[in-house]
Order: sequence, then C-alpha cells, then structure tokens
Amino acid sequence: MPISENRLSEIKSLAAAAKDKKALLGPDVDLERFKELAQRDRVENLSSLKAQTMEAAIMSGMDIKEDVRSGSFVQLNHSVIYESLNEKYKDQLQIMSTDDAVEKFDFIEDYFWRIVKPDQDKYTAAVALNPSHGYFMRVFPNQHVEYPLQACLLVDENNISQNVHNIIIVEEGASLNVITGCSLSKNDAEGIHLGISEFYVKKGGSLTFTMIHNWADNFDVRPRTSIHLEEDAKFVNNYILMKPVKSIQSAPNVYLTGKNAAAQFNNVIYGLKDSYIDLGSKMYLEAPNTRAESIARTIAADQSVIYSRGDMIAKTKEACMAHLDCRGIVFSKEATMYAIPALVSEGSVRAHLSHEASIGPISQEQVEYLMSRGINKDDAVSLITTGFLNLNIPYIPKFIDNKIKDIINATAKDAL
Amino acid sequence: MQEMLQVVDLWVSVEGKQVLKGVDFSMGYGDVNVLFGPNGAGKTSFMMSLMGFPKYKVDQGKIFFKGEDVTDKDIYERSKMGIGLSFQRPPTVGGVSLERLINLLSKNNGISEEEVEVILENLKIKEHIKRSINDGFSGGEMKRSEILQLMLQKPEFVLIDEPESGVDMENIALVGHAINHLLGKDKVRSPKRGALIITHTGYILDFVNADKGYIFINGRVICSGNPRDMLNEIKRNGYKGCQVCQ
Repeated sequence: MPISENRLSEIKSLAAAAKDKKALLGPDVDLERFKELAQRDRVENLSSLKAQTMEAAIMSGMDIKEDVRSGSFVQLNHSVIYESLNEKYKDQLQIMSTDDAVEKFDFIEDYFWRIVKPDQDKYTAAVALNPSHGYFMRVFPNQHVEYPLQACLLVDENNISQNVHNIIIVEEGASLNVITGCSLSKNDAEGIHLGISEFYVKKGGSLTFTMIHNWADNFDVRPRTSIHLEEDAKFVNNYILMKPVKSIQSAPNVYLTGKNAAAQFNNVIYGLKDSYIDLGSKMYLEAPNTRAESIARTIAADQSVIYSRGDMIAKTKEACMAHLDCRGIVFSKEATMYAIPALVSEGSVRAHLSHEASIGPISQEQVEYLMSRGINKDDAVSLITTGFLNLNIPYIPKFIDNKIKDIINATAKDAL
Repeated sequence: MQEMLQVVDLWVSVEGKQVLKGVDFSMGYGDVNVLFGPNGAGKTSFMMSLMGFPKYKVDQGKIFFKGEDVTDKDIYERSKMGIGLSFQRPPTVGGVSLERLINLLSKNNGISEEEVEVILENLKIKEHIKRSINDGFSGGEMKRSEILQLMLQKPEFVLIDEPESGVDMENIALVGHAINHLLGKDKVRSPKRGALIITHTGYILDFVNADKGYIFINGRVICSGNPRDMLNEIKRNGYKGCQVCQ
C-alpha cells in the first residue's frame, strides 16, 4: 500500500481519540444508530440502474446517457456500482474510487487527510475509522477537459452511515468541471451521509465544482470539506439544496495559499418542511492579491431553520479582497433564518473585506410591476423568486430549473 | 359614444395623506391627452390610481374603463382589460432577464419571434435583453424597455409617466418615435391606442400629436385646452398663471 503504515496508524489514532467529539455546530447525531452494511452489485451502464435509483441520480444532475460528461462515478450505499471514463479523455484525467487510488498511487499520501483533520469531530473520525470509498479525480497538468466529470453518491437503505472520502487534484495549469449529486432513492430512509472532501488546485489550475443535494426528511448530512489553492488557482463552488433534509451542517474551508488565487461560492438553499440547515464557508486569504466571494440565496419555507454563514479571514499582509453577499427570504411564519456574515482581518492592513446580508420579503413593488404587464400575482411571485435564486449556474439540467419552479409554486403562496 | 375612460369625483389617499381631491376626468377611445402640473400636484398618483396600485387607496369616487366599473379591480385585472403603464422609475427585478419577460409577454399576447425582433431592432435594445429587468439601465434604456414591454402587452389605453425624464436628447427622439408607433399614430391604418401622458418639458409633443391638455394642481384637474398653447403658457408664466386663471 502506497500510504505508509505509520501514516495510516497516525490517522486512525487521531480519529479514535475524537470518535465522541461533538461538532461545534449543528445538532449532535448518534452514529451508533447507523451500523448497517449495505453492499450493492455493479451495473454495466447508467441506463441499467433501477428506476428509483436512476430517478434519484437524475435529480442530482446525473446525465444518464453521459453524452456531455467526460466520466462518471456512482456509489450506492457502501459499494461503487459504476465507474467510467470516456476513452477520449483517458490521457487527460483519472476517475476511480478513493480506496483504489490509495492502493494504486504513491503520491496519494500527500493528499490523504491533509487539509481535513481526522480528529476535527466525531464525523471526520467515523470516516477515518470506517471509510466506504468516495471518488478520486485527477486532471493531468495543462489538460482542459471538455465536459464535466460526474459523481453521484446514493443511498437506498435504512440505518446506514455512508462514509465517503473524496479527493480531487487539479494539476498545474489544468482545468476541470465536476458535477456531483448526493441523493436518497428511498425517501423514508433514516441514516447519515458523512463526506470528507479534499480538493487541491495547483498553480494556474481551475476547478468548478457543482453539488446538488437531494436528501429526505429523516436523513442527516455532515460534509467536511477543504480546498487548497496554489498561486493563480481558481475554484468555483456551486451548491444547490432544494429538498427537505433532517439536518445538514457544513462549512467548507478554502485555503488561498498562493498569490492571485481566487475562490467563489454560490449557494442556493431552499428550506422545506422541518429541515435544519446550517451551511456556509470559511475562506482564508493567506497570500497577496487573493480574492474570495461568497454568494448565498436562501429561502426558508414551512418550519425550516436555516443558518447561512460566511467567514472571510484575511491573513496576508499584502492586498486581498473578499466579499459576502447573503440574501434571504422567509416564506413562512413558522420558519427561521439566520444570516451570519463574519469578516476577520488578522493584521491584514491592506485587506478589503465587505458584506451585504439581508433578509426581507419578496418586493411588493416588483410583483405589482409584473402584474401591470398582465402577469397574475402567483406567476409574478414565481418569476421573481426564480430570479432571486438564479445564480446562472452552468450545466444545471433544465428539469432542475422546472423543479425549482414547482417548489416555488407550492410554497410561495404566503410570501406576500 | 361611450367614453373609454371616465373618472368621477375621485378621492385617493396614500398612507393617510390625501393626494387626489375630487378628480373628474374622461377620455374617448383613441384619444391622446397630456397632463401638465407642478411637482407634487398628484399627476403620478392619478396614473397609479388608474392602474390600481393598492398603495393608492380610493376613498371616494369611481373609475370606469370601457363602461365597466374598475374601481375595485386589481392591477392584473385592469391590465387584462387593456390598461398599460410606462413607469417613470420602474423597479429593478433582479435575476429575471428582460429576455425572459419578453418571451413571456410575447407568448401571452400572440406576438411572433419575427415581430419581437423588429421591435427590438427599432428600439435599439437587443444588446440589453440578457440583463435583469432595469438592472443598471440608463434613463434612455429604461424608457425604451418600458415602451418595448407595452408594445408586447398591446394595451388599448396607455399611461405614460414622464417619458422624457432622465433621457438624453438622442434618446428622446427614439422614445418619442416609439411612443408614436405604439399609439399607432405613424400609420394611417394602424389601430389607434388611447394614451394619457405626463410631461414636464413637453418634448414629447414634438413627436406625438396630442388631442388635449389638462392641468393638474393640488390633486385636481383645474383646466383643459390645446396642449401646445398650454405648454407655451406654462413656459412663459409657470403654473402661477393657472391659479389666477382658475
């Protein structure tokens, strides 16, 4: 095994010491409840997925025909059931299970549990102690992959803890677009998804990462993500949550360590039923001329509770710039929304940090304006809300746009 | 013949403040009339009341459109009956592109893609349609966008609030010609639309042949006459003369 015994032992030891360590944020989840093991067989192609599984995959942005994807990875419960790489791109990139990558590559030790710590909390510890795959993606230096890679992490069984570890490496001067989805194909399943993600974008590289979450009422989710950006590296993160979830708490760390590195987060969050949603990002501007932007559009409907966070932490003594734009609409009298922007300058005398945070209703003036054009009130509200959530995220399938409209139509009645 | 618009003793308040104080007003089908008046006289309040904005609360009086009492109808219902409004300062609708609204209005009102293309070309607005509605639009772009939307909406009666405000001279000509076209005044056989236009400068009269002018002061219509004569009188003596005349 390319990873040294010493290193593995160190990871396990750190994790073991943290296995009961509660997270700082989010409701505590008892992991002892989720001990089932659920293995599934491989499929030959995505079209042979079971109907319900396929639907869940599609709802997470998967292109079943793979026409406009360069490769695919699908994990169901604790098994990798499908991996593919378009022949055309085999000299440009790699995609496989992280477990396989750990077995195969000597270099993996430099990227394995390096920017997410195994002892961060009980959830990272659980993955370190009992990992179940996750995806590994790597683009070779100076390669620009035409179509996105896609990955889907699915659950169709009760009482499981899906503990994935994902690693993406974008080598120098390369660029990659990734669309990932996490989804339940069993709507009433209880369980938890624990996702460790370590992304490395090297000098001059670029990574656009889009994640669509489709969980359900009884499912807890605790992603733990960090991104490391070298000089001139660029990272764009798009995140969409449009279905109920029991609880989700995540705040990816972005380390902008090389000069001119840039990061952008776009979050579209729609709180439904009694979802507990605590999402944000922490961007560490550690090098000259680094730039960070975080945009969140949040709607709280039904009895949902949403925390929308964003931390910009300037550390460099040279110029850097960061901006948070965090806007929310509360649709229901029983919903709660917190917008919590934080700006921190640690002796960064040349840092420009700013934020706009607002929570307010749909503009009556805008609704009336559209009504004066002959658009009825419900359609006007729908149009404005869709516009509010529209961050022009590329490669989002049309049906997800339509799904957004359906949800808006169902929940926006009390918005005015 | 029945009037297209008839307003009878209209009293309107906004947040408890009386803004219209007994307006009596009427217009025939296809008439183009102009409203003059000092700032704060109630002209915009009158238009917003005709369009049915809920902020403008009708305390007394009636509004009839095409013979039907529309006093209690909402904005959408009045719009569907054929009233359209070009706002003086339209709001920005973030995230909703002008293109999306164009598609919606043209679909709703049976306007072909080819016709839309011609309208966009004439209004020189095509390059802006990917932007959010009114987001960062200049004064001229905003007015052209308003006229564009009205052309797609095809109302029978158009309320136009200060088409010249915030618009440079070059754009005034463009907007003026566009309004003339919207009202069907540039072709003998075009269907004619009625319009009520608020103007401070009167530049619009160089492009649109108005039938009648009205002077609005202190929440009421105080006189009417030839719009050009009225404009000349206002330019010479301001509205003080109107008060003496009254």
